[in-house]
Amino acid sequence: MLEQILALLPQVIFDGLILGFVYAMVALGYTMVYGVLELINFAHSEIFMIGAVVGVEVFRYLAPQVGNGLLLLFIALVLGGVVAGITAILVERFAYRPLRKRGTTNRLVPLITAIGVSFILQDLVRLLEGLWHNEFFLRMRTVEDLEGSVELFGGAIFAQSKSFILMGVSILMLLGLTYLVNRTKLGVAIRAVAQDLSTASLMGIDPDRIISRTFLIGGSLGGVAGVLFALQYTTITPYVGFLPGVKAFTAAVLGGIGNIPGAMVGGLVLGQLENFFGTYLPILTNGNFGTEYKDVVAFLILIFILLVRPQGLLGQVVKEKV
Amino acid sequence: MSALAFLLSLAYLALVFLAPGALANLFGLGALAVAAFARLAPQARTLNLALLTLAFTLGLMRSGNTLGLIGLVGILVALTTLPRIPTWVRALLSLAILLLSVPLAGFANTFIFELGIQIGIYAAMALGLNVVVGMAGLLDLGYAAFFAVGAYTWAIFGSEQAKNFMQGNFPLPGEYMYLFMGIAIVTTALTGLLIGLPALRLRGDYLAIVTLGLGEVVRILANNLDHPINFTNGPQGITPVQRPPIDWFRELMASLGVRLDQTTDYQLFFYLLVLLMIGLVVLVNLNLANSRFGRAWVAIREDEIAARSMGIPLLPTKLLAFMTGAAFSGVMGVIFAAQRTFVSPESFTLLASITILGMVILGGMGSIPGAILGAAALTILNLDVLKTFSEFVRTSLPQIPNQVDPAKYERLVFGLILVLMMIFRPEGLIPEKRHRAEMEEGA
Repeated sequence: MLEQILALLPQVIFDGLILGFVYAMVALGYTMVYGVLELINFAHSEIFMIGAVVGVEVFRYLAPQVGNGLLLLFIALVLGGVVAGITAILVERFAYRPLRKRGTTNRLVPLITAIGVSFILQDLVRLLEGLWHNEFFLRMRTVEDLEGSVELFGGAIFAQSKSFILMGVSILMLLGLTYLVNRTKLGVAIRAVAQDLSTASLMGIDPDRIISRTFLIGGSLGGVAGVLFALQYTTITPYVGFLPGVKAFTAAVLGGIGNIPGAMVGGLVLGQLENFFGTYLPILTNGNFGTEYKDVVAFLILIFILLVRPQGLLGQVVKEKV
Repeated sequence: MSALAFLLSLAYLALVFLAPGALANLFGLGALAVAAFARLAPQARTLNLALLTLAFTLGLMRSGNTLGLIGLVGILVALTTLPRIPTWVRALLSLAILLLSVPLAGFANTFIFELGIQIGIYAAMALGLNVVVGMAGLLDLGYAAFFAVGAYTWAIFGSEQAKNFMQGNFPLPGEYMYLFMGIAIVTTALTGLLIGLPALRLRGDYLAIVTLGLGEVVRILANNLDHPINFTNGPQGITPVQRPPIDWFRELMASLGVRLDQTTDYQLFFYLLVLLMIGLVVLVNLNLANSRFGRAWVAIREDEIAARSMGIPLLPTKLLAFMTGAAFSGVMGVIFAAQRTFVSPESFTLLASITILGMVILGGMGSIPGAILGAAALTILNLDVLKTFSEFVRTSLPQIPNQVDPAKYERLVFGLILVLMMIFRPEGLIPEKRHRAEMEEGA
């Protein structure tokens, strides 16, 4: 048994890494919105799903026209990011902003709105795809020059070349976002609004505009993640966002919610753990417990982390004012 | 004004006599709106409501159109919320609607029974969740998990399923269902303890996401515990689950002059059983709300730190709320399993949890009539309005593609309701006093 485990280990770590990067990319969006508004934006899962659907559609229609796979992917990433970003802005404008204007202090209200929005988006996409192609399961069209693969370490790891694109893009996203938040004027404004919304508005910052942009950035990152997810895992449904969304939120909490590098670390750790248990549970239990329990593992990790270190791996303790 | 309302009610009564159907019932709903919202003297209003009750019942018996049921629900709401109606009138009319109108209509159209039972089961669960969310302010997104535990508790032992891992004579006879309603209280309260003990140390959003996760864990377990030992029979679900024998009930009804047949006997029995359960749950809820625990829950909901400083032990008090809510759900799970004779993981998804939460929120958090109204509204919407609307679309507008079938867009409609509700009326349809004050204060 041990030999079997060791033989599989490099591949498991590699696949976990890919999964981890997907979670990390989605977690960035969660963590940004949470950092600014303290809102679990459940609809972010659906923003991610919309990105994936846009990716599928771009490949469906442009693959015959555009010869170059990388160019095609680039178009898909841009379009996916733009559509998802716009959706996120619309969601903020029409669902969350009215609540903010009303000034309800009850925390349940925005959370329930977010759940409602996510249901609406799921069924809207289903409606659109149903009318358009009469399909529920959308399959990513494959393009030959993105389908290459290499064997690393003497065949110990089988890696698809698109996996490297996924990793590269997500690292770029992290670096770009870190730069944006720490070095640019918009970043300063976002941090100011996250600190204290009313004081920031006294300093000449328009909070509505900053929040809108935060949603734009978070949403387009989610959309780009969706396109890459579609490329990597190929089958997409209108309900595909839910599980990665919850996992990504778990990752964000794991890393310390509101903390951008934390979201990345959390995603990678969660991806490793989940893939590890997903692969080895059947082996360790002689097939009695299968891969399907990997989601259980993810949730148990979430609970454990929240109990032991509620501020997350890289988070800071927030003192409560009385 | 009162003459107009009176005339409208009489006109509706005449209308259901001559031409019962959807249009007549729509007219009746209009008359009900006038009776409820116009400025009327209490006697005139009472008379109007009584007339309308009669008319809706007649309409249901003659046409079986379920709009009549919506009318009856409307009258019940009017009876509970409108001021200055004598208590005995409220009690008498409500009882007449629940014990006479609905069963009479059910004999004409058994779907009314089915709808009544589903509303009842969800109403009892909404009342249970109301303790957790409404009173104690703990956001639970995995409430359907307890429903599942209750349902499987009876389904496993009330069918041959238990033979897979136990010696003995299974399925247990149907009478054991009553015993298992008690056992389900224990198993679900224990599950509540197990889930609550780690989860309730967390606050607000974190609690929501952890309960969501744990709800998923229970569903995954139900879906996969068919190997290595077959406990739940996996995605296929368990069937047939035993129902309690009801010969005594048939005899009782026969002595009352009611003749039951094969299709209606269990329907009426479960309808009355569910009504009884709701009565009990409401009683428990009222007593809890006025008890030491109820006040402690409200204190925690309003301000956790202040409550702790006053010496309220946080974790045990929250756990108690969690376990109470779980126990209500568990009992209804047993009834659900027996009524449908079938249990599968499909019924216990995140959507189910959120639907029950939606009922509590739609009705008004913390409010008992609100939770029941919310349950009625969402159940009728899902089971009846959307399906009827689909049929209407399919028969009268056949050129519209199949993909636009409204019955498939339950989530869309539900999501819209949640979002619009939160924007325009976050305190719910029948808000509890304190909640309303809180929401207005924030505005």
